Amino acid sequence: MTKSGRSVAAAIAVAVTGLALPWIVPSITTQAAFLWLMILFSLTWDINGGQMGYNSFGNVFFFGVGVYACALVQRDSGLSYYAGLGAGIGAGALAAALSALVLGPAMLAIRGHYFAIATLGLSIVAANVASAWEYIGAASGIAAPLFPGAIGGRAKFFYYLLFALAVLTFLLVRRLYRSRLGLAINAIRDDEDKAEAMGLHTTRYKVFAWSIAALLLGAAGGPVGNLVGFIDPNDLAFAGATFGVWMVLMAVLGGKGTLWGPVIGAVVFHVTQELFWTWLLGWQRVAMGLLIVVIVVFFPTGILGWVARRRTTAA
Amino acid sequence: MSNLTVLADAPVLLVQLVVSGILVGAIFALVAYGMALVWGVMNIINIAQGEFVMLGGYVVFFLDRAGIAPVFGIPVAALVLYVVGVALYHTVIRRIVGRDMFTSILATFGISILLQQLANQLFSADIRTVRSGLPSLFFADGMITIPEVNLVGFAAAVVVGALLVAFLRTTRMGQAIRATAQNARAARVLGIDTDRVYATTFAINCAICGAAGGLVAMTWFIQPYLGLTYTLRSFMIVIVAGLGNLSGVIVAGAGLGVVEDLAGFVLGSEYQTAFVFMLLVVILVGRNLWLARERRSLR
Amino acid sequence: MQRSVKTLAAACAVVALAVGAGVRTAAAEDTITLGAAVSLTGKYSVNGKNTQDGYNLAAKVINEHGGVKVGGKAYQLKIVYYDDESTSARGAQLVERLISQDHVDFVLGPYGSALTKAIVPITEKYGVPMVEGNGADRGLFTKGYKYLFATLNTSDYYLRAAVSILADEAKREGRDPKSLKIAIAIENDNFSQDVRDGVEEDAKKYGMQVVIDDKLPADLNDMTATLTKVKALKPDALFISGHEKGAVLGIREVAAQRVYVPMLALTHCDSAQITEKFGKDANYAFCGSQWDSRMTYSDRWFGNPQKYAELFNATFHYEPPYQAAESTATVEVFADAIARAGSLDRAKVRDAIAATDMMTFYGPIKFDATGKNIAKSMVMYQVQDQKYVVVAPAKWATGKPIFPAPQWDKR
Repeated sequence: MTKSGRSVAAAIAVAVTGLALPWIVPSITTQAAFLWLMILFSLTWDINGGQMGYNSFGNVFFFGVGVYACALVQRDSGLSYYAGLGAGIGAGALAAALSALVLGPAMLAIRGHYFAIATLGLSIVAANVASAWEYIGAASGIAAPLFPGAIGGRAKFFYYLLFALAVLTFLLVRRLYRSRLGLAINAIRDDEDKAEAMGLHTTRYKVFAWSIAALLLGAAGGPVGNLVGFIDPNDLAFAGATFGVWMVLMAVLGGKGTLWGPVIGAVVFHVTQELFWTWLLGWQRVAMGLLIVVIVVFFPTGILGWVARRRTTAA
Repeated sequence: MSNLTVLADAPVLLVQLVVSGILVGAIFALVAYGMALVWGVMNIINIAQGEFVMLGGYVVFFLDRAGIAPVFGIPVAALVLYVVGVALYHTVIRRIVGRDMFTSILATFGISILLQQLANQLFSADIRTVRSGLPSLFFADGMITIPEVNLVGFAAAVVVGALLVAFLRTTRMGQAIRATAQNARAARVLGIDTDRVYATTFAINCAICGAAGGLVAMTWFIQPYLGLTYTLRSFMIVIVAGLGNLSGVIVAGAGLGVVEDLAGFVLGSEYQTAFVFMLLVVILVGRNLWLARERRSLR
Repeated sequence: MQRSVKTLAAACAVVALAVGAGVRTAAAEDTITLGAAVSLTGKYSVNGKNTQDGYNLAAKVINEHGGVKVGGKAYQLKIVYYDDESTSARGAQLVERLISQDHVDFVLGPYGSALTKAIVPITEKYGVPMVEGNGADRGLFTKGYKYLFATLNTSDYYLRAAVSILADEAKREGRDPKSLKIAIAIENDNFSQDVRDGVEEDAKKYGMQVVIDDKLPADLNDMTATLTKVKALKPDALFISGHEKGAVLGIREVAAQRVYVPMLALTHCDSAQITEKFGKDANYAFCGSQWDSRMTYSDRWFGNPQKYAELFNATFHYEPPYQAAESTATVEVFADAIARAGSLDRAKVRDAIAATDMMTFYGPIKFDATGKNIAKSMVMYQVQDQKYVVVAPAKWATGKPIFPAPQWDKR
């Protein structure tokens, strides 16, 4: 097969699997919807984490902004369900991207692990403010409006929405990495000072790349809030200890700084996790902790890196 | 801002807030010492710091239940955690020394969630406390109260800090640790067994956390999921104080305690944590701007 | 690119495998399967365990008594559990999984209002009756849910009795309740804030003045800031609520800092074991509770509250807190209603539950149109001489409230 032929085959395989999944095994539609969310999470994290060398522990912040923006539009705009949802998702994406544009110049000037910690701080602040602010429901959260469709239709509807978002994210990210922006952020990762000395407007590129990640994360917020049905500031919107860390883990597991790595990492991580949660009741986090240690210690370059190394040594 | 009027009417309360903030901050500082040590010597950020505190608390709790007073329980906790530290070093930590710091953050995060649920399964999630039996001191007509257990915590922080400094300055091992921190490769060339140095450093950190855990159980409470609070606070202290600056750690710890108390009083408890972490972000951004100015003036 | 196709194929295979493995075998014949996502880990795990123990004991005893008779055939009860890790997002996912993958017949409630809130939309959508004993937030019963039933009193009732006692005792001393000042320090979550609203409503009714109204953050480990305010403003009563942690910190720090309030009112005292932990320091605290083992209710399966407590203690080696008792009652409601419905049909069972009018060791159970139990009343304890003395309601009282509490130097 030619190269383009193969990628067509891959695209068809993904499309068929993604479209057919809720019909083949309808009982796992929600879990499958979360799988696409995880893929979106790790792909967007990798834009700045893997490709740009800015390891963020706070990208969940943008997701939370999206969740709340959408919920507020749905609650206060008085639009019908679908119109409200559409407007809400748009508002979520915009609000998240805007906050990245505003915070970006200051935050992205911080380097190395200080950046990681500053972003972590950002998401903790957001979670605490969200659970104290009465207008957005404070710690009591917000209940999403009830889906008007049939039973089981809700899960399917949001499944396809998240599936579409994940595919869109993948295509967008792939396109980005092939563009000038991709080269620029790779140069920043490799040596930011040199890149700057070469005349690259590093800040501009960094903020732009972060905003794209934020835009996509913000867009994902609305569907997830509606799929779960109840928005809790600490457990869903700004869930730093789960979603926030998982994004990073999935990208590292698959192989950060690659296109397919985050996707593979997300699939393996999510499936493993579902299995742990089903079969290791009460010990699931012990197993998860152990798995994380093993991944990080023995597969530091991720699954893709490990495969590549095996291949070179075999050849 | 009625809270501010309260403070203005009774300025003595300010003294109470500052004093208890300092005493509380000392325990955070204790945990932060260990973090600074491991960070400085091994270039590892240990996310499982709070879990070592939690484990230390459980050791003291179970000893107390068996009839052994916390005075003896705390040294035992330090010893037990020292052993845990050595074991963890030889299984996991030694494989991540020298790798990029991000690896260490993730690996220790894994250790931290593992320990949390392990503690939950072994010790149950019940909230545990150890009674110190110590009374409280009163000043200014009872408007200022200082529980003696907080003084003990403060004293322990100072003593451990002093011991640590003495250890690093005077003993062979201490010198080896300092040499390794400065340049691990050169230290190895000069015949220092850096593996042993790292193991000792990590284990000392665990021991300090263990002792702090005992104090936490005596002052507040322990349960399997309390770790993150301590990890994040010690992070903040180390960043503000800088590495290799033990007295700075005490000052930063006390400062953090005071800021938290004041923020809780003035803004209301619901914004206490948010304010503290907002401050962290501001400090990081500000520190960065300041460093950038330094760089410019050097040119 | 070939590599990516391969990896993709592998990924698909893994997913398929997971699907196969993830679906647990459906219920066997002659059993009624109840599903529950409870908090075995995370911040609610103490009460999550209480809940699970309560459910298990109920299922065990009911099965020993011959199970549930439906149309002349005896069914055994079986409960499938998941761990929601105290997070609502997880809870919602897991309940969907219980219904669509594990094919449970009915759903038992999780621990806590936040989790219950997250789950109800799903049980409603599928039309699966859920009886719960641990989601007390009033907000649950204003949304018109048809399949939700709660055996407990809503959380605003936890400390209302303390407000009345405060007003009554003040009147006895010849003080106008309008002159009373109260302080509130209650955790920032669904349940606790509803407790707070109950206190505030009743305090307003009496014309009391709320001088402090703090929301304690979830990662709270020190209350100095709030208690310093209490010292300055000298309220007549301090209301603290925040699950076990709130009770433990409340007693510990109020005592350590010798903060004097004539009345200290808490929740979750018994499950936090404050008398065992703090001895004398816990004295004079008022505690709202759903249930007490000294009450004189009768029960078809357990006999009475005392016998329930003995059996529970023998099985799990601790005194049953009310969180366990209300969970046990939840399973009893199902057993009773399914037998009356004579069918496992969800709609029929739902109607049978709605018509419930039974006496249990936990108290009488009868639901109003919104699904909350209106037959039972709360209990207010006061810790006197390190023992829980029931001071309200009058019918069950074993002692009189002591108010105001003596100054610290007189204790």
